[in-house]
Amino acid sequence: MNFKMKATLAGAAAALAMASVPGTAMARDTISIVGSSTVYPFATVVAERFGRTGNATPKIESTGSGGGMKLFCQGVGTQHPDITNASRRMKKSEFELCQSNGVKDITEVKVGYDGIVIANSVKGEHIDLSLRDIFLALAKDVPNPDGSEELVANPYKTWKDVNPALPNTEIEVLGPPPTSGTRDAFNELAIEGGCKTFPWLKAIKSEDKSKYKAICRSVREDGAYVEAGENDNLIVQKLEKNPAAYGVFGYSFLDQNRGVVQAANVGGVEPTFEAIGSGDYPVSRSLYFYVKKAHVGVIPGIEGYVKEFTSEKAWGDQGYLGEKGLIPLGDELRKNMAKQARSLKSMTGEEL
Amino acid sequence: MSETTEKVRKTLARRYRAEKRFKAFGIGSIGIGLMALVLLFTDIIGKGYSAFFEYEIQLPITFDAEVLDVSDPRDEDELNYGNYQGVIRDALAERFPSVEGRQDTRALNQLVSTGAGYALRDMLREDPSLLGKTRTLWLLTDDDVDLFLKASEKQREDSRLNAKQQQWVAELEASGETRMVFNQSLFSYGDSREPEQAGILGAILGSLFTMIVTLVLSFPVGVAAAIYLEEFAPKNKFTDFIEVNINNLAAVPSIIFGLLGLAVIIGLFGLPRSVPLVGGIVLTLMTLPTIIISSRAAIKAVPPSIRQAAMGLGASKMQVVLHHVLPLALPGMLTGAIIGMAQALGETAPLLMIGMVAFIVDLPAGPLDAATVLPVQIYLWADSPEQSFEALASAAIMVLLAFLITMNTLAVVLRKRLERRW
Repeated sequence: MNFKMKATLAGAAAALAMASVPGTAMARDTISIVGSSTVYPFATVVAERFGRTGNATPKIESTGSGGGMKLFCQGVGTQHPDITNASRRMKKSEFELCQSNGVKDITEVKVGYDGIVIANSVKGEHIDLSLRDIFLALAKDVPNPDGSEELVANPYKTWKDVNPALPNTEIEVLGPPPTSGTRDAFNELAIEGGCKTFPWLKAIKSEDKSKYKAICRSVREDGAYVEAGENDNLIVQKLEKNPAAYGVFGYSFLDQNRGVVQAANVGGVEPTFEAIGSGDYPVSRSLYFYVKKAHVGVIPGIEGYVKEFTSEKAWGDQGYLGEKGLIPLGDELRKNMAKQARSLKSMTGEEL
Repeated sequence: MSETTEKVRKTLARRYRAEKRFKAFGIGSIGIGLMALVLLFTDIIGKGYSAFFEYEIQLPITFDAEVLDVSDPRDEDELNYGNYQGVIRDALAERFPSVEGRQDTRALNQLVSTGAGYALRDMLREDPSLLGKTRTLWLLTDDDVDLFLKASEKQREDSRLNAKQQQWVAELEASGETRMVFNQSLFSYGDSREPEQAGILGAILGSLFTMIVTLVLSFPVGVAAAIYLEEFAPKNKFTDFIEVNINNLAAVPSIIFGLLGLAVIIGLFGLPRSVPLVGGIVLTLMTLPTIIISSRAAIKAVPPSIRQAAMGLGASKMQVVLHHVLPLALPGMLTGAIIGMAQALGETAPLLMIGMVAFIVDLPAGPLDAATVLPVQIYLWADSPEQSFEALASAAIMVLLAFLITMNTLAVVLRKRLERRW
């Protein structure tokens, strides 16, 4: 090999090596946030407002709750994220992963709820659904109506077929497409919730988890469930025109269209602010974010961001997050949570 | 007439027909390609052109020190926490004095973008003497109002605005207190969750820094590798093996380079996530094979007589390469590099793994600031729930296409201008 050629190649290699300073992490002055795509729309609004008040705007990646936890728990140091969002609580195993990687002190902040309602026009009949009704009406395959333990393609045409107490109208449900987080939650909480009420279906979970998911989280594709796009407003309008149809959407849209649509009770519980807030309404879940305490004071602004998120003008009853669709915590809980968040109380691991 | 001519004459018509058919197939194929292009362009331009404009409404704003809660506009802290929404609220209440009740007032205040408040802040910062004065200003509207004003009569029925809001906006429109202007924020801001405030400058800068890193790393390395392989390397099993691998590398799905970047560059070397430097290194891996392959082709195209002549005059091997082969092959190499860069510009998959798919508002100032790139911005907007983001995504696609067309045209022009024929 020619000497100069060698030098050129070595130079190029050196350039590559220099570009990647080994070992040492670089200083960072913006907050790095990862996690749930359900919390993403709320966190981004807070981040943007926070950034407008003279701070560096936090950077937010939508990685999903699980992916966020994995990144968050990788360790302490500026190359790891400071905050992770989650649309479910941290799992015990994730807490332990954090602990074993030196992420000792974590503050948990519950920010609000995500409630999903099944509603129809006020001109239609008000109904009371159980989770099992929802599963039987909307799943792709359901247990054979003759009672044997086998699955058949969903044979039900009207609500009355599903449950004699329900009206004799054709099943027509307008809901979000699979790309939507609302759909994920609906599948998981409502359809799977009803699926679990069949003991022999529930038993599949311990044998074959993916088979269980395929059965219990599927939605029929024969036209009874209509994918109406991500725009919940459009669903409300269609319900108004067709009193026989039902729609699936977030609680905030029900609240804003009180005179137009009414929500079905699920499991006997009416979806109200209080029932969703207290967890009595079954198709709701809590949203969280987790703060890495070791980074507070190292990365500027973490405390400010937490303060902005937990301020009344953001997550309060009339706050801007409510406008984006977040269901606020109850007054008392919110006050306590804000105190807990601002004082950065550490989790013990016992509460999980 | 001989037998052969007889035969030729008999088949001549058939051969002509076959040729015509063949030509027709070719024209047909080009036609299909062009049609797809026209469809793509009409769809994107049809959806996106409206994003280049935005509506403003006119309001007389009083910079009341008491409402603003700002006593000294020169104090940055006080300026930042000023209640700019308050003065806008007051102006709206004055314009529509008949609006009463909590819910209606709230609905009225939603007509103006939250970004308008920040615009007032910036005005006050530049001209502190405004405090206490009244100015008639054009304020940015909320995205729902913007959509309503852009919509046709029939589409307006589906507006997200409620009946009262529609009435107010229609009143403003009728009295000439609305106007359409060029959407400046699109080219002067980073991302935002409010469509009317969202811009692509952050993504353009991110793309620029990423491309610079990619070019600086991949061009010298690619050219050096090509020269060595073509001019110096012995032809043996080992170099054959390398060649096979380079060709293979060009066919590896790009997401794999992203995984490599995550594991090695971020995991091992500890570089931060979401920065153009890491993005550029990952895209370098992707572009290298393209550059090496095209550079080798360019070197091969230099006639051996040039080398022989140079050697005959006593030039060393390196002098032959640097003084004669390289200058002649350079146009071809540059073309390859530009095409490789154009490919890298449109890439998203590997960037997903290294955290460049993120909500980033602040404009990046260098390759070590968190940033996203144009195709990622398009993906993020297309995924957002607010309706106006659809038009914004299409507008961003138009900008990306403009960059790609420029780069590809440059490649063609360079080739035409500089290439020498033998």
